[in-house]
Amino acid sequence: MLELAAANLLSPPVLFFVLGFAGSLAGSKLTLPEAVAKTLSLYLMLSIGFKGGVAVAGHGLTGEMFAAIGAGIVLSALLPVAAFALLGLMSPLARVDRAAVAAHYGSISIVTFVAASETLRGLGVAFDGYMVAIAAIMETPAILVALYLAGANRPRQEGESLFGEVLLNSSVVVLTGAFVIGAITGEKGMAEISPFIVDPFKGVLCLFLLDMGAVAARGIANGSRFLNPGLVAFGALMPALSAGVALAIAWGTGMSAGNAAILMTLAASASYIAVPAAMRLALPEANPAIYLTLSLGITFPINLVIGIPVYLALARWLLS
Amino acid sequence: MKTHPKKEIRIICELPLSGRMRAHLDRAPISGYTMLPAIGGKGSEGAWSREGLVGDAGQMVVFLIILDATELEAVLEDLYAVISNQIGIITIADVEVVRPERF
Repeated sequence: MLELAAANLLSPPVLFFVLGFAGSLAGSKLTLPEAVAKTLSLYLMLSIGFKGGVAVAGHGLTGEMFAAIGAGIVLSALLPVAAFALLGLMSPLARVDRAAVAAHYGSISIVTFVAASETLRGLGVAFDGYMVAIAAIMETPAILVALYLAGANRPRQEGESLFGEVLLNSSVVVLTGAFVIGAITGEKGMAEISPFIVDPFKGVLCLFLLDMGAVAARGIANGSRFLNPGLVAFGALMPALSAGVALAIAWGTGMSAGNAAILMTLAASASYIAVPAAMRLALPEANPAIYLTLSLGITFPINLVIGIPVYLALARWLLS
Repeated sequence: MKTHPKKEIRIICELPLSGRMRAHLDRAPISGYTMLPAIGGKGSEGAWSREGLVGDAGQMVVFLIILDATELEAVLEDLYAVISNQIGIITIADVEVVRPERF
């Protein structure tokens, strides 16, 4: 476990994240222009989606894949309920704020998924390419559940357009689309564009995480006055609870250790791209400073620095 | 130079809301509007900046609409229905334009 944690902590992506985080906390104006950050994000989605699609093309559709997809949907629907209940015990938040936070913790952070994938690849731990599809599928069910938790009878303004706006957000479209293109073109397609999507991948991830470190630190500096000790504890505990539920499901469905570590990471991560935008539209009364600070400032760094190696160690211990 | 009086509606709102705002503006009895990115600022819920962000939440945009005073009430009511529950600012100002037929 310690060896895994050290290997993760001393990997370039994590160290660049720490650099961005520490630099921003120290007062550096370190940041990427918004357009560059968005481009890097889309590059990562495209690359990881395509690689996953190519892997599926090589192995075809399997029963394990559909079982894993089912596990992802169940997790994304159940975790918001657990988060909603836990928040009720840990912090006196308004119902709408609890529901909005719960949506974030039922959905996923694709960058945490990318970081976990790279950690597993670096350690030579195999996992299936279709786990990318599960990441895409887990983006949205939590939003539905959270809207129900916020109060099924609350008036919704233009609710009919929400799903188009959420399902068609650029990260979901690029991730899913690249996955399908990778599955269609297979190894031949990979050979054609691998100099673009494989070789620079880790360097781009480092640059992106440098920026994410700075954004996370700024989020804590600006949003900490909206958090109380109970909320901070929730941001640290909820990933562990979610990863535990995911591990149980992985064990129950007979997943490999690599797939289980990825599923645990997905369950433990909290959205900060798709869900915050959806919550601003669907639950505008909820305070964005609370869910963005929790998701990006507390849970994302914990998962990236400590969570991923711990999830992998637990998955190996139980499933290898 | 002769100028002509018009009204200007300025709306600062969250970027995720911009699609709905544009849908309403496209249906409104106005000849056009302009959308500008807001770089950063500070409000009742703290400071914000669009730098480094990859998601739309946390970013703000500005809509500028110049219109005839006779249309102001109807357009304003329609836009306010979109933004009333959201973070944002609406201001209305008297402005002068040099080509009145454009508005």
